[in-house]
Amino acid sequence: MSKQIKIKKLGINVSAIVLLYIILKSAITFGLITRYHQGIIIFIMINIILATSLNLATGFLGQLTLGHAGFMAVGAYASAITSIEVRALLPNMPDFMLLIISLIIAAIAAGIVGVLIGIPALRLRGDYLAIITLGFGEVIRVVINNMRGLTGGAQGLTGIPRIVKFDSVFWVTVFVVLILYRLTHSRQGRAIMSIREDEIAAEAVGIKTTHFKVMGFAFAAGLAGVGGGLYANYLAFLDPNTFNFMRSVEILVIVVLGGMGSLTGSIIAAIVLTIMPEALRSFADYRLLLYSFLLVVMMIFRPEGLFGRREFSFDGVKEKFFNKDKIQEKTNIS
Amino acid sequence: MVLFLQQMINGLSVGSIYALIALGYTMVYGIIKLINFAHGELMMTGAYFAFLIVVTSGLPFLIVVPLSMLLAAVFSVVIERIAYKPIRKAPRISALITAIGVSLFLQNLAQVIFKADPKIMPELIDKRPIDIGPLQISTVTLTTLALAIVFMVILEIFIKKSKPGKAMRAVSEDKDAAILMGINVNRTISLTFAIGSALGALAGVLYAITYTQVFPTMGVMPGLKAFVAAVLGGIGFIPGAVLGGFTIGMVETFSRAYISSQWSDAIVFGLLIVVLLFKPTGILGRNEKEKV
Amino acid sequence: MTLLEASNISMQFGGLRAVDNFNLSIDQHELVGLIGPNGAGKTTVFNMLTGVYKPTEGDIRIEGLSVVGKKPYQIVKAGAARTFQNIRLFKDLTVLDNIKIAFHNQMKYSTLTGLLRLPGYWKGEAEAHESCMAFLEIFDMGEYADTLAKNLPYGKQRKLEIARALATKPKILLLDEPAAGMNPQETHELMETIRFIREKFDIAILLIEHDMNLVMNVCERIVVLDYGKIIAKGTPEQTRNNPDVIRVYLGEQVKTC
Repeated sequence: MSKQIKIKKLGINVSAIVLLYIILKSAITFGLITRYHQGIIIFIMINIILATSLNLATGFLGQLTLGHAGFMAVGAYASAITSIEVRALLPNMPDFMLLIISLIIAAIAAGIVGVLIGIPALRLRGDYLAIITLGFGEVIRVVINNMRGLTGGAQGLTGIPRIVKFDSVFWVTVFVVLILYRLTHSRQGRAIMSIREDEIAAEAVGIKTTHFKVMGFAFAAGLAGVGGGLYANYLAFLDPNTFNFMRSVEILVIVVLGGMGSLTGSIIAAIVLTIMPEALRSFADYRLLLYSFLLVVMMIFRPEGLFGRREFSFDGVKEKFFNKDKIQEKTNIS
Repeated sequence: MVLFLQQMINGLSVGSIYALIALGYTMVYGIIKLINFAHGELMMTGAYFAFLIVVTSGLPFLIVVPLSMLLAAVFSVVIERIAYKPIRKAPRISALITAIGVSLFLQNLAQVIFKADPKIMPELIDKRPIDIGPLQISTVTLTTLALAIVFMVILEIFIKKSKPGKAMRAVSEDKDAAILMGINVNRTISLTFAIGSALGALAGVLYAITYTQVFPTMGVMPGLKAFVAAVLGGIGFIPGAVLGGFTIGMVETFSRAYISSQWSDAIVFGLLIVVLLFKPTGILGRNEKEKV
Repeated sequence: MTLLEASNISMQFGGLRAVDNFNLSIDQHELVGLIGPNGAGKTTVFNMLTGVYKPTEGDIRIEGLSVVGKKPYQIVKAGAARTFQNIRLFKDLTVLDNIKIAFHNQMKYSTLTGLLRLPGYWKGEAEAHESCMAFLEIFDMGEYADTLAKNLPYGKQRKLEIARALATKPKILLLDEPAAGMNPQETHELMETIRFIREKFDIAILLIEHDMNLVMNVCERIVVLDYGKIIAKGTPEQTRNNPDVIRVYLGEQVKTC
């Protein structure tokens, strides 16, 4: 791809994002979007972070993990506790700075837990890895539940500074997706994908598989932690039992629906699956029933999800409509 | 000392429930290399079937049990044909996700049909405790233990001596060779599901009688723990499921009694992690290396 | 210096001695064939040489450096690359990406550089793209650059796998039954490819094969394995006439094309 095309692509993407921000921000400022809908938008973005980070581990690296909620929990509590303590120490610190510090701590904490769990767990393959991550996720939940002094235990943690608003969530989400995009479109990203394709072959061409498995896992965990931090400092209340296996599965459904290996897929699926329960309020009882049915049907009839492994790109759409003779199966990496 | 023995009996009883469920996991894994996440839900289904039968017809224990087992078996075969057969050749991630989907579906189906609040299981067994020496053991505990052992023995004989049993073992070893030997693989797989689920349903009924409650998510934790048991004993290996079940039952009971019930869950999962890290094939399992 | 030296390596799997006291010395530029009946232990030898198995006894050296017990990726770094009996390509990635992944260790930019999109990233990617495309052109596969590996015809898949192994800039290439599943036309192309590689890349090649036509025509030296032991060593001519070899291959014809 020539430099001009690259710059043009970048320009389109940046403009689209800025435009989106302006639209949403104005809508909020001018009271066009209710508080309630604002909340939905914020949850959409948090889910985007959770889904794209899980996609790194499951879609790109090919390791099914069922404990993603655990990483979210670590990040949530780390951010909450940090913001509580720092605010008490330095009450005049501006919100955004407090948030940045808390989120960094959240990412590091979750990332470290990711490495600690990853190093032993990633020695296992397939089913066994999935199960052990499930186990770890549950252990994290129980530990949080029982560390009442630090985390408030089953009673929950309150008094968390409410320093998350639309702006912060928006830009943090953009940042997270950017990191994931850049990581997957680099030589490290290719190494990670080679592990998904064929781990033995990857080793046979000189890829240090253990290193990249742990790296992918740690990134996924750390970014999930960021999502958790945003969640904590938005809701201002944490209940450890919301970070259970069901939560991990809900995130997984988003990733599967969007396509394992497609960041845009996760974004779109996150939007759909966050809005859907709200839109179908009257069907609340049937929500999980529908989800699980969807999951089974998807795996049987369209396991690659909406986008498969491809990313949506504006010039990809252009190409399809205007350059019909140039159509071949492309992945958006080279 | 008395307390210790009492706990041992409890542990065995709880363990036998886990063993029954674990058998279902291990049999299905052995034959199609799938971790049937939804197995805990089959236990739950068994309990609901029993509840419905008792509440609508008032039939006695000795009929309710086999009837529930039969219904659950049929139900599981339907699920197998609809959801699992299409993904038999799919990559493992897909199969596992499908199983998770089925599990959630069944939980929520039960919730939609029966509502989330627990139903009380009517008394099927006289709950008078029996005195054996210094120990007081409830009839329920004894019945659970006895029934579980009886069925495990029946299973063992069936697998070893009967033709379908041998077919099950053959398909577990080498599906392609089994086909060449004229074994109807589809029917064998369905049979495996049926038997595994029947045992799971039995566990569900016994569980419902012991704890008197029937609710949609009752299969989740016991299912997970029974899965730990199956892995601990060596997944795909029937004696392993029994060993694992009793072990987990003991571990859980004793950690509840002597440490705390808060931590007993973490201890069980911790055990899973330890086993997977140090001997993933389980205590009795065999080593399978990937061919390069 | 000897390029690859296997000294008395053995592989014991529980009660089974799959490979017993295997010795092999390969110098620069040599083309050596490893043959033997099925189950003789050839792939086990390969797996030992490439770090998939750790030999229960013996030593393996590449250019004097001991690599026994090292992991496969370390052995690639030491200069030995391999292909597999059942082609192991990165199926859902493009042909070009398959090569780029093998090129990974020749690129230098760090993860952080990539994340920040510093000049090092752009330079590294551009260079990689150029080098890998040129590499594909050498093998007449430039037109397939953006095709998914799984969509290639079988013969081209094998060629890609070999090209990918060569992209790691090895000093010795180990080919595990490269002609498996090929028709005569594809086998002929493969022979051309192997001769071409040897000239162009100045490397040594060790190959396992069952196709006697290919082995006899292409190899300078042959080692014959049976039940884990070496039963013959020599030129193709010598091997063809060796009574032990004939006996072991009873029923199989060894003739030139």
